[in-house]
Amino acid sequence: MRYAYYPGCSLKGTGKAYEESLLSVFRTLGVELHEIEDWNCCGATSYSSVHNSAAFALAARNLALAEPLRMDLVAPCAACYLVLEKTKRYIRNHPHLDERVRRGLQAAGLRYEGNVRVRHPLDVLVNDVGLDAVRAKVKRPLDGLAVAPYYGCQVVRPYSTFDHQTYPVLMDRLLEAAGAKVVRYPLKTKCCGGSLTGTQPDVGVRLAWFLIREAKKRGADVIATLCPLCHFNLDSYQDKIARTCEKVSVPTVYFTQLLGLAFGHSEKSLGLHRNIVSAHAALASRSLATAG
Amino acid sequence: MKPVRQTIKYEAERDPNFAREIAAIPGCENLPSCFQCGTCSAACLVSTFMDYTPRRVIALTRSGFKDEALRCQTIWLCTSCYACTVECPKEIQITNIMYALKQRAIREKVYPKGFSIPVLAQEFYKLVLKRGRSTESWLVIRLFWRTNILKILGMARLGLNLLRTGRMSFRADSIRQTRELQRLLEAAEAEKGMAK
Repeated sequence: MRYAYYPGCSLKGTGKAYEESLLSVFRTLGVELHEIEDWNCCGATSYSSVHNSAAFALAARNLALAEPLRMDLVAPCAACYLVLEKTKRYIRNHPHLDERVRRGLQAAGLRYEGNVRVRHPLDVLVNDVGLDAVRAKVKRPLDGLAVAPYYGCQVVRPYSTFDHQTYPVLMDRLLEAAGAKVVRYPLKTKCCGGSLTGTQPDVGVRLAWFLIREAKKRGADVIATLCPLCHFNLDSYQDKIARTCEKVSVPTVYFTQLLGLAFGHSEKSLGLHRNIVSAHAALASRSLATAG
Repeated sequence: MKPVRQTIKYEAERDPNFAREIAAIPGCENLPSCFQCGTCSAACLVSTFMDYTPRRVIALTRSGFKDEALRCQTIWLCTSCYACTVECPKEIQITNIMYALKQRAIREKVYPKGFSIPVLAQEFYKLVLKRGRSTESWLVIRLFWRTNILKILGMARLGLNLLRTGRMSFRADSIRQTRELQRLLEAAEAEKGMAK
């Protein structure tokens, strides 16, 4: 299985551990990723707050760069995934916008014909690789580890291309295939606060607190995420949450890190040492901690 | 004593073209069909913090109360989680309308004073225009430089934590084809025939 790969800015920065664990899990499963040459920022939510057609043109450059590879394009970050998918749909359905984007691409010597399929790694793992193939690679089942499956918003909304938009279940199934105990987590698609944690902490940090508090209440040892911004908000602001809301501590990890642990990879190779709220003790309590 | 102010607007104070201009933006077409049920406000996690709930922002926009719609805090508190959009029974893409209002507010420079979100959006825009990628450390420094430089001290602990875990660098990332990207963005922003 081969895919084009769009990492996005976060996976090269604060979300480095997501890339490390994704690559090692895909390697184990025989999935090849080809990073597209000279990709640019997707624009996230900020660029489209400033200019509309330029935001679509910015994202379309990545689609144009990926198209000649003739492979589905994997985008692990929720914001990148949504922006690329939205751009693809908008230039297909809005001729006026399509014309502007085309003009922009042309100015950079590029063209996009509309043939790139945008995929999230969760979709690839469940629907292309398959749960049976995942199960076959499990060496150290996550026995007894209670996980709150947190999907956040932009992977499932507004398009819900591969799972339900308010109550998705595919990450639940995947983590169960790795042996984890998935807890009922009704807040699984509520917003983590997005960039408000930094810009309006009184609002943003509160939203992150709700999610962590609920995970604790449901008995979760860890929260699993599939988005670098969700991970950042839930992992990096727990000291601030303790100061301004309540002292409540639950480590947050990427779903690919949990999968990697089940495949027998070390904590270090999966980037687990990069957490601010370490998951080591929670893993050790279920005899899942590794030496490195 | 509070100064006496006009609290109800005359119809003549509305901007009759505003709703049409917003509804002409791709993704905002269904604006006129709102029947004010309030599902958007109920679905919104942040509506308890907003000066106007999302339902009211839609009503203001649709009725041409441009000043209120563009100057409110609500549009900047929207995190783009799309909860309202997927629940709206009239299939109004409220998140897109929020984007359209943000773009217009920035263009007309009427965003609320002391709000760092529109500043962040513009710094992000400039950084990506220049380098093609976003580097979090640079963005945060620029943001505090333009808003409240002292507040950066409150971020010191987070910054140290990110450095310690190897998740932050002060080297700004960049693509190779920055010139091509700038031409691309310029051409997409320009009105027809004006592209350089």
